[in-house]
Amino acid sequence: MFESKSGVLLIGGLGFFLFAFLSNAVVPILLYRHLPEQSVEQLVENNQNLMYQFEDLYVRYPETFKKYYGEPTQEAAAEALRLGRQVYIGEGCWHCHSQFVRPVSNESDRWGKVAFSEEYQNELQRPVMFGTRRVGPDLSREGGRRGNDWHAVHFFDPPLVSPNSPMPKYTWFYDGLSFDALLARLEQQDPKLLETLKAELGDDLAAKRAEVVAQLQARRPELAAELEASPDAPNKRGLAIITYVQWLGSWLEQYPDYENYVPLDEEMENPLE
Amino acid sequence: MTVSANQAGDIPPVEIPDGELVEERLVLWYFYAALAYLFISMAGGLMMALQLVEWNPLQGSEYLSPGRWRMIHTNAVAYGFIANAFLGALHWAVPRLTLRPVASRRLSYFIFDAWQIVVLSTAVGILFGHAQGIEWGETPTWIDPLALAGLALVAFNFMVPIAKTTGPLYVTLWYFMAAFVWTFLTYAMGNFMPEYYVPGSSGGAIAGLFIHDLVGLFVTPLAWGLMYYFVPILLKKPIWSHGLSLVGFWGLAFFYPLNGIHHFLYTPIPMFLQYGAVVATIAVEMVVTTVIINFFATIWGSTRQLVTNLPIRWFYSGMVLYFVTCAQCAMQVTLTFQKLIHFTDWVVGHAHLVMFGVFRVWFFGMMTYLFPRLLRAPWYSRTLCEWHYWLSIGGITVMFIDLGLAGMFQGYYWASLRPWDESVIGSQPFWMIRLFSGLAIIAGQITFVYNLFMTWRLSRKAPAWSTALATA
Ligand code: HEC
Repeated sequence: MFESKSGVLLIGGLGFFLFAFLSNAVVPILLYRHLPEQSVEQLVENNQNLMYQFEDLYVRYPETFKKYYGEPTQEAAAEALRLGRQVYIGEGCWHCHSQFVRPVSNESDRWGKVAFSEEYQNELQRPVMFGTRRVGPDLSREGGRRGNDWHAVHFFDPPLVSPNSPMPKYTWFYDGLSFDALLARLEQQDPKLLETLKAELGDDLAAKRAEVVAQLQARRPELAAELEASPDAPNKRGLAIITYVQWLGSWLEQYPDYENYVPLDEEMENPLE
Repeated sequence: MTVSANQAGDIPPVEIPDGELVEERLVLWYFYAALAYLFISMAGGLMMALQLVEWNPLQGSEYLSPGRWRMIHTNAVAYGFIANAFLGALHWAVPRLTLRPVASRRLSYFIFDAWQIVVLSTAVGILFGHAQGIEWGETPTWIDPLALAGLALVAFNFMVPIAKTTGPLYVTLWYFMAAFVWTFLTYAMGNFMPEYYVPGSSGGAIAGLFIHDLVGLFVTPLAWGLMYYFVPILLKKPIWSHGLSLVGFWGLAFFYPLNGIHHFLYTPIPMFLQYGAVVATIAVEMVVTTVIINFFATIWGSTRQLVTNLPIRWFYSGMVLYFVTCAQCAMQVTLTFQKLIHFTDWVVGHAHLVMFGVFRVWFFGMMTYLFPRLLRAPWYSRTLCEWHYWLSIGGITVMFIDLGLAGMFQGYYWASLRPWDESVIGSQPFWMIRLFSGLAIIAGQITFVYNLFMTWRLSRKAPAWSTALATA
């Protein structure tokens, strides 16, 4: 039996595989059958925290928001969440970030409530995004910890807000600034240059787009580059991934969750406490 | 050509016309394809290594995103290198063991083409951001049914000659037969259930089974089957103990599939299932020990071959590293260890040790043995073969130790509740060493490919040697 074809195929091949499948896969399915899978629409409903962030995106980035999502409705939020999940998977974020807080290694001090089953019984966690590697921190309680503008800059160029960050840049989450917005930006940042340009090219700069861009490329190249991609213009994917990140943990009572961190020198002032 | 049937019990030697049994050209093609994907994979690994030390020069393009290339890195190794190398080796070993050709030669070529399409479209799909959210199963969802059909065809093609044999089967064939069933079931389970049917923690349990079964029920049995085939042939003596081979096979068949959940310890998956997976994992380590003992008892008395016989050296180095991997496994699977090392580079080191240090090392052994036979020319340079060996083994050893240490540091950084950046900064020296150990490995593979190219040129220059190949 142990060396025959039927033994190997039926007992080893099929039998043991099925045994493992029943005990390791079917058992948890049965244990969690009282927790039905929630759709994205159900997740968005009554989630004030998420809708607040979504509206905030609308206020901050009205141009691109209107272009890609229209008004900040619940349907639009659901659409953004679905796309956000796709981006999260497609970009491999889940290979550098986990989404579960373990009950050990002081993780609940850093990230808050330990992960529990109900959190994962929804469409956005199919396949579940537990993750197996943390180059960056766990994200399951990320919602609300940072502002949308922080995220927008961070995805555009992580070291800008987080020095030494090895996280890749995601410039393709952004559109370019419109020419008008660029001029407005110039007026804010460098009114002198704007004056000079007006003196050289005439008052109606909008009509002399090519010349203005050429001048800017020479004198303020980082500003000219924002015509290509700007952290102030997150596109459909950019808005989606920010929404997704803000959703994580937004269902918890303890929201937003800031880590329990005391700087070392402060800790050392009263070392016995 | 007369094939002696020393592998197949008491069947008398059979007369088989030259070139009828093994489709040698196909074996070659598979090996070439495998090497091509190996380089694609290494490019992905290199990019991620550069990203981590902030030296990545290729920022800003979505198609060069390190996150995507990391997935290409793992998938190109699993489905590009390992699967192709297996198919090549199986096309060599199965007909020789069964003394019968595969079911259909045309089917073989069809599978070859189909599989390259599957792997290439996987890479392209991932590159365009269509990855599926299952580790080691990032193959975009629309490719999954094709891949599954391909696996069924592979099983059919090889099962036909196996089914026709009579009498007791040799160990290798147990492993192969079981692997054909397991690979198909594993692929179907892992790619469809967590994607379409099972959300959340229980889906995670299945994804864990998938990660583990892919290594344990697809790669491991095929690879050990090939070791049971090549080692006795090269050493010219039988395996030490048939009884231990039985223990090894059946122990693996029973315990390995029960391990999956150990990839997600301390998750909301029910705790008693996590304990079960931990215990089963430690059991696997016991089983592995019996297999290792069997192989080392086999070479006992011929240990000189470890110096002189390069394929044997590759095989046994892989076995030592396999033992290290599994010993590591039995430790790191305990919940005590998990607290510290889960999520860290320790696990990355472990994965590299098993995928490169064991399986790829075995394949390099097989390739070192088979290329001269397939090309009908001796290796162009034995020295380059040695360089390939030492760069690969040296590189992976350094990488493994380095990442293991990095993992422990990261674990303590995190538990200390210091800001996250400190763990990243603290990892830099380790990441730097990893980059250079990776470069050593890449250099080793370049010497190998160069050596192969020169050998191929030699084979073209000696027409008398290569006519047999051309007409085959
Ligand atoms: C190479 C690994 C890597 C990849 C890939 C990666 N990250 Fe990160 N991420 C990091 C690291 C390291 C940090 C910590 C440093 C920092 O803040 O940039 C981080 C930080 C973050 C933070 C800030 C956490 C906080 O509050 O401090 C968020 C949010 C985030 N990543 C989201 C993402 C998303 C979404 C993706 C995919 C589009 C992604 N990351 C891809 C490594 C990565």
